[in-house]
Amino acid sequence: MLERMQILICGGTGCLSSHSKDIQKEFDRVLTEMGLHDEVKLVLTGCFGLCEKGPVVIVYPDETFYSHVQVADVAEICEEHVLKGRIVERLTVKDPIDKTKVKNFSELNFYAKQRRIALRNCGNINPSDIKEYIARDGYAALGKVLTSMTPVQVVEEVKKSGLRGRGGAGFPTGLKWEFASKSTDDIKYVICNADEGDPGAFMDRSVLEGDPHSVLEAMTICGYAIGAHQGYIYVRAEYPVAVERLNHAIRESHEMRLLGEDIFGSGFHFDIELRLGAGAFVCGEETALMASIEGQRGMPRLKPPFPAVKGLWGHPTNVNNVETFANVPVIFLKGADWFRGIGTEKSTGTKVFALGGKIANTGLVEVPMGTTLREVIFDIGGGIPNRRRFKAVQTGGPSGGCITEKNLDTPIDFDSMIAMGSMMGSGGMIVMDEDNCMVDVARFYLDFTVDESCGKCTPCREGTRRMLDILNKICAGKGTMEDLDTLESIGNMVKESSLCALGQSAPSPVLSTLKHFRDEYIAHVVDHVCPAGVCANLTNYVVTDHCIGCTKCAKNCPVGAITGSVKQRHFIDLTKCIRCGACKKACPVNAITSKPLPKEVQLNG
Amino acid sequence: MKTLEDLKKLRDESLKAMEMRYLRNGVRIQVGMGTCGIAAGARPVLQKFIEETSSHNMNNVIITQVGCMGECAFEPIVEIVEQDGTKTTYCKVSERMVYEIVEEHLINGRRLDRYMLSAVKK
Repeated sequence: MLERMQILICGGTGCLSSHSKDIQKEFDRVLTEMGLHDEVKLVLTGCFGLCEKGPVVIVYPDETFYSHVQVADVAEICEEHVLKGRIVERLTVKDPIDKTKVKNFSELNFYAKQRRIALRNCGNINPSDIKEYIARDGYAALGKVLTSMTPVQVVEEVKKSGLRGRGGAGFPTGLKWEFASKSTDDIKYVICNADEGDPGAFMDRSVLEGDPHSVLEAMTICGYAIGAHQGYIYVRAEYPVAVERLNHAIRESHEMRLLGEDIFGSGFHFDIELRLGAGAFVCGEETALMASIEGQRGMPRLKPPFPAVKGLWGHPTNVNNVETFANVPVIFLKGADWFRGIGTEKSTGTKVFALGGKIANTGLVEVPMGTTLREVIFDIGGGIPNRRRFKAVQTGGPSGGCITEKNLDTPIDFDSMIAMGSMMGSGGMIVMDEDNCMVDVARFYLDFTVDESCGKCTPCREGTRRMLDILNKICAGKGTMEDLDTLESIGNMVKESSLCALGQSAPSPVLSTLKHFRDEYIAHVVDHVCPAGVCANLTNYVVTDHCIGCTKCAKNCPVGAITGSVKQRHFIDLTKCIRCGACKKACPVNAITSKPLPKEVQLNG
Repeated sequence: MKTLEDLKKLRDESLKAMEMRYLRNGVRIQVGMGTCGIAAGARPVLQKFIEETSSHNMNNVIITQVGCMGECAFEPIVEIVEQDGTKTTYCKVSERMVYEIVEEHLINGRRLDRYMLSAVKK
């Protein structure tokens, strides 16, 4: 019997960690009990992108979008929706932008402004079923390439599309392929760089989990174009779901003979294997990645020779990022000209961003290049929650910089991001509001790069360590104005003299916060105050005249440092206060601040 | 898999199973499945619709169930919503009638006036 209903359950890591697998099991159990098992199909998909609302369940054909589904809700959905056709209103989502209840997937503003190319299948197909990928024109691009195009034509098509590497630097993919194809060697390799390491970036993981076959197909196309017969996917071992689905996908492709010997009767053979990385950030750098695959310690080496000339085990190698590969099959299906038509002239196509931090719709968004940050953060991301004000957005992870409000309307592409003192990076976007201390943010990223520096070259190993020491000093309230200048000069030195991109970009968060938020650094050094109230040593919480005397702060204070009676202004005893910030969070009228106040007022407080 | 034709064949087959996720227009068959509808035998009617449409290989049809339509005395009620929005409401639908509705209305485009709510209620 034909199915009359399909229930799609998000199986991305975000939703899996909030028990979407149990939800699937519960659906299975309840539907069997009701005797509806044959007419309803359950599909565990990849990430839908709107992780904030997870676990997400979509019921077709009604397209009903259920959010925050719990195992206990499953029986109600089956009873009401599946059996009686009544939508469970309670679980439908509120549109975060215009506050109306939304029942349908396609009505959500979050998706309406997006254009999904790399994520085309994520959340739409069952990643563990090759047939669903084929139904969405999967492997048709490979078939077309192998049966009707020469390797030179393939490279030309990619060059024409203007596709640039999505891993960070934005190097033209077609050129990379051309270099590798022109190197003469019997053995060549294709590597997919899935060593996604930026804190807050998870687009590569989502593609691998939600649409693994698109990467396999693109790697095979690349292999044909450059003359390679072996591919490796270098993926972090801490992505167990991605690893499991990739392995499954590789097995399925072999069974269908879409990998292996004589693909599509063309005589071309290609194979793909996984290599698991231990999660070192530096292994995202291509030469360090190849060293790691070879079994050596993951350390970068000097370029040139570039991998396209001398790569893995000394043979020409082409390394591309996951998202770059995910774009490739579409270019061959719809043509390079179609792809060029999307985005800006120099940055074609779309880019996936992982929205995180202080934003209403945490999740993955894919927009055409040239979209402004304001559209991404406010129209799609839903803006800053809790009526806080936007302060800055950190793009490009530990290698990028901060972008402030004045640049929000600049169209995003590879070149404009660099002009703003940041970089596209892999596409992580961490939004910060007025409660984030920029000195602390810079310290956080630097702490990360200090840990992840491989130690091969001195500027990166020692320079970042010294910078972190200075930042720690400033956060402790012992900084001087000279320290700011020293920070800047060490930062520029590390940037210019490091061996690989890790060191070259490690000072960026410090340099860009120094540039845009110097006043905050000065407040730390001169006034001994952390304006955002993050650095504990420099925070003096004070109740202002806005206090309405609701007593919430006093009730929430863990050490009883707040006194005051109902409807009277409250006071904080700074000798007892442990600077935990609980009172500031509890205050309904924002009357508690850590901004420096005139001395008399502080004496009263 | 050896040739592009094999791939295309598999694609078409697989797409059929996923169609409901992408179908935006087409004919909607809505079966009233309130308590009244279920008690009057809407479930076998719904199943019959699924069987009939799939045996005719109809791929532009969405079968869905809706709540009580308000005329409980005339359940099971089935509404056929055409692409242009015109609605035909059949009432007291039996499994035998499903066969006719699919043959006549959905395939030949002739509405079955005698089963329509407006006719039965008079």
